[in-house]
Amino acid sequence: MNLALFIPEIALLATAAIVILLDLFIEQKRWLAQVSISGLVISGGVAIAMWGGSYPAIFNNMLAVDNFALFFKMLFLGVAFLVILSSTDYVSKFSRFQGEYYALVLLATLGMMLMAATTNLIAIYIALELTSISLYALVGFLKDSKSTEASLKYLLLGAIASAVLLYGMALVFGFTGKTQLSEIAQVLQALPQTTLLASPGLLLGVVLLVAGFGFKIAAVPFQMWVPDVYEGAPTPITAYLSVASKAAGFAIILRVFFSAFGIPVWLSQNWGLIFASLAVISMTIGNITAIPQTNIKRMLGYSSIAQAGYLMVGLAAMGMASGISILGQSGVLFFLTSYAFTNLGAFIAVIAISNKLDSDLIADYSGMGKRAPLLALALTLCLVSLIGMPPAAGFMAKFYIFNAAVQHGLLWLVIIAVINSVISAYYYLRVVKVMWLGETASAEKVPSSGALRLALLLCCLGVLLLGIIPGYAMGLAQFAANIFVY
Amino acid sequence: MLGSGYLTTILFLPAVGAVLVAFVLSNRDRVIKWTAALFTFVPLALSLILFALFDRSPEAAGLIQFQERALWIAPINAYYHLGVDGLSLPLMVLTAFLGFLAVLISWKIHLRVREYFAWLLLLETSILGVFLSLDLLLFFIMWEIEVIPMYFLINIWGAGRKEYSAIKYVVYTLFGSAFMLAGILSLYFSTGSLNMVEIGQRGLGLVQSIMPAAPIFWLLLIGFAVKLPVFPFHTWLPDAHTDAPTAVSVMLAGVLIKMGGYGMIRLCVTMFPPVAQQYAVILVILAIIGVLYGAAVTMRQTDFKRLIAYSSISHMGYVLLGIFALGKVSLVGAALQMFSHGLVTGLLFAMVGLVMHNAHERDLRKLGGLARQVPIITVVFSIAGLASLGLPSTSGFAAEFLVFVGSFSSSLVPGIQVYTILGVFGVVVTAGYILWMLQRVFYGPPLEQYDGTADADVLERVYMFAFVAVIMLVGIYPAIITDIIKLGISPIAGMLGG
Repeated sequence: MNLALFIPEIALLATAAIVILLDLFIEQKRWLAQVSISGLVISGGVAIAMWGGSYPAIFNNMLAVDNFALFFKMLFLGVAFLVILSSTDYVSKFSRFQGEYYALVLLATLGMMLMAATTNLIAIYIALELTSISLYALVGFLKDSKSTEASLKYLLLGAIASAVLLYGMALVFGFTGKTQLSEIAQVLQALPQTTLLASPGLLLGVVLLVAGFGFKIAAVPFQMWVPDVYEGAPTPITAYLSVASKAAGFAIILRVFFSAFGIPVWLSQNWGLIFASLAVISMTIGNITAIPQTNIKRMLGYSSIAQAGYLMVGLAAMGMASGISILGQSGVLFFLTSYAFTNLGAFIAVIAISNKLDSDLIADYSGMGKRAPLLALALTLCLVSLIGMPPAAGFMAKFYIFNAAVQHGLLWLVIIAVINSVISAYYYLRVVKVMWLGETASAEKVPSSGALRLALLLCCLGVLLLGIIPGYAMGLAQFAANIFVY
Repeated sequence: MLGSGYLTTILFLPAVGAVLVAFVLSNRDRVIKWTAALFTFVPLALSLILFALFDRSPEAAGLIQFQERALWIAPINAYYHLGVDGLSLPLMVLTAFLGFLAVLISWKIHLRVREYFAWLLLLETSILGVFLSLDLLLFFIMWEIEVIPMYFLINIWGAGRKEYSAIKYVVYTLFGSAFMLAGILSLYFSTGSLNMVEIGQRGLGLVQSIMPAAPIFWLLLIGFAVKLPVFPFHTWLPDAHTDAPTAVSVMLAGVLIKMGGYGMIRLCVTMFPPVAQQYAVILVILAIIGVLYGAAVTMRQTDFKRLIAYSSISHMGYVLLGIFALGKVSLVGAALQMFSHGLVTGLLFAMVGLVMHNAHERDLRKLGGLARQVPIITVVFSIAGLASLGLPSTSGFAAEFLVFVGSFSSSLVPGIQVYTILGVFGVVVTAGYILWMLQRVFYGPPLEQYDGTADADVLERVYMFAFVAVIMLVGIYPAIITDIIKLGISPIAGMLGG
């Protein structure tokens, strides 16, 4: 085994350890952010250098080092970079445990990187737990009543989801006798359809896997935790949860459902339809419940449920043509990338504004267009992108993923999805309206730190670039999705 | 091909102006207004040059001129593809013309000037983009971008129930374009191409071999029907037109709703001739309902601006009638009606705005006898009104005449003669409400409270004169436009066999 292929993960783990140790010795806590960022940069640099090559799997085939995994590693590292950048102000609110905060973010990132790479049910579970436990702690970091409640809720529901997932894995293992995804696929292909259909255990296992992963990506009906956790968690962590955690969930769904259950065709079409129905429910419920929200973090929480719905349109497309076409998969990858920039941008603007206002109520954003024109403009751009309107990234992402669905005979799903986008415009634009039309409560400017502004600028640039010249990123997504052909 | 880069320049100059106004220039009203004027005047001048250079020879029929094409998004085979033909050239010129005049009309804006002109300029780019794009994705993007400036323009600088009108406008438009997006994706799926010219030429056979064409036709049509607007989807229009600031009403009535008619001809009719013929009767009936219902409702209005707004529904009914009568002459008439209505209603809105600004009154029951106090406005308003009811020697006459003659003689839609005759009654009602309005506002005994109402100042006279000159020019010599339109329409009519 070539340990060099594991350098991105090792670098991250080492950085996390260094940050915790440094925290004991130094007074200037801002160095911790800088050390974390340099760790991320090193890890990301190695991952970029590895991009495009073909490497053998490591750890007894438990971890794949393919371009799909590398794509997600770069995505997670980028997201963690922006989250840490935008945390630097926020973290000064905590008198203690700043080192742990950064270290936990790094560890969660490590877990997600492993999630994107694992090809074995057991390793999947371990990676998932590493991520989840780090996130449980991070959600409760504010230690006020809301944050604690959010953390407890996340922990309890997360534990149930883990149990469900584990049960699903056990059923699949019990039926096939394998934990390696490719071996599961071999067993399934060798069996005739009648045998498979006559074994409810296997099908129940698949459904439970969907449920377990559905919790991670916050799909309806596994979304109950979202609004409370999003509202209670420290805002940078909310941003992190809404983007990276969701992306990791999708990474793992893509890999598991393709590698283990991609063929036979009837099976993949069936889970494709499951995802199609989940997509419909998630979009509709997410959007409708977002309308009456008065807290912007809760609103973005519900909106992220709806966004998971759009993403699942891509999963449904993948199920309809598993192994034949990679449009659905690359659509999901591209959507996740643009969603990452968009949602992070929105949350960073929220961080900057609530630092000053100490409030997350939409009504308090009144007149923000005068008090902080650039922040308001950036938030407007991100919200427009979330609606899916050009020239922002969200439009291209939707165009690409809906295109995949139409190509695979899911025009009905696309029509439901586009109508949902219209509904979503209503509540996103309400925030825009309040910012630009509302009366200003005070004429005081809203200051923001350099790090925060840099992070926001990067996000906005990403949103615009992916919206206007998305060709290159789409190419990357397609290249990464190439593992999805037989 | 001559003049590559022209169209890009025309398209993006207003947007560049918007960026300069919003982020670069100092926040002084004069600087901003002059910049906006410059960045809309140059596109107007350039588009007039293209209008002069446009190849009008019969061999150029159906030919795309001043084409620009570059690969834009390789993975989905999308191109940055611009070009004009006989159908889009007049609309491009009209947009540039109204875009420049809109800046002049807005000269008296004093609220949040910087943002206002930035959005107005961005609006012009997106409308131009719709008419110039030959790639479906680019077309759709330009179509969608327009919504955001409109939302802000109505919401911040509007009047009355502006917030309601703005969000209603956005939701209606997005609702329509949602279906349109599904239609475009289906089209892309069944042809593998986003090239509008290519899809139009390769015809329907290719589409039909993959999926039925009728659903795609309808998906696309809904998007355009909301914008035009066609009868059951029209309710956003009176609100948005009435509550928008004057210059935005001019753009909205003048060119924005023309995007719907343009899209119907360019996509629905050109790409699906047999399907269009199959369902033409339904759309013709909707057109007649629009004409008559719109005219009847207009008659009942007591708000000055709302009256003009409702008249647009009726006039757009003629456009729909002309398009789905599917005859060569009727299509030319529809395209000319779009051009003419843009000028006439643009002028009407500008004048209404002027009266409202100077007399501080918009209720028709309270206005009266203004002819003494504001003679210049009265004369110009009367000309615009007469053009709107289709008096000969104005552009409105030429357009409506072509629509009616063309529709009546069309052989492709059963019963079209009856519908056309019904439609002609719309003209009678139009004459009724226009003349009644003129009488109520300008004639009769002068009222004391309007003594001292200012008449048009120099700047206002300039743009009034520009409007009137073009309306008369097209009315007296319509061939200046129709010769060009014919080049764009004849290949479509050829496919229809009419």
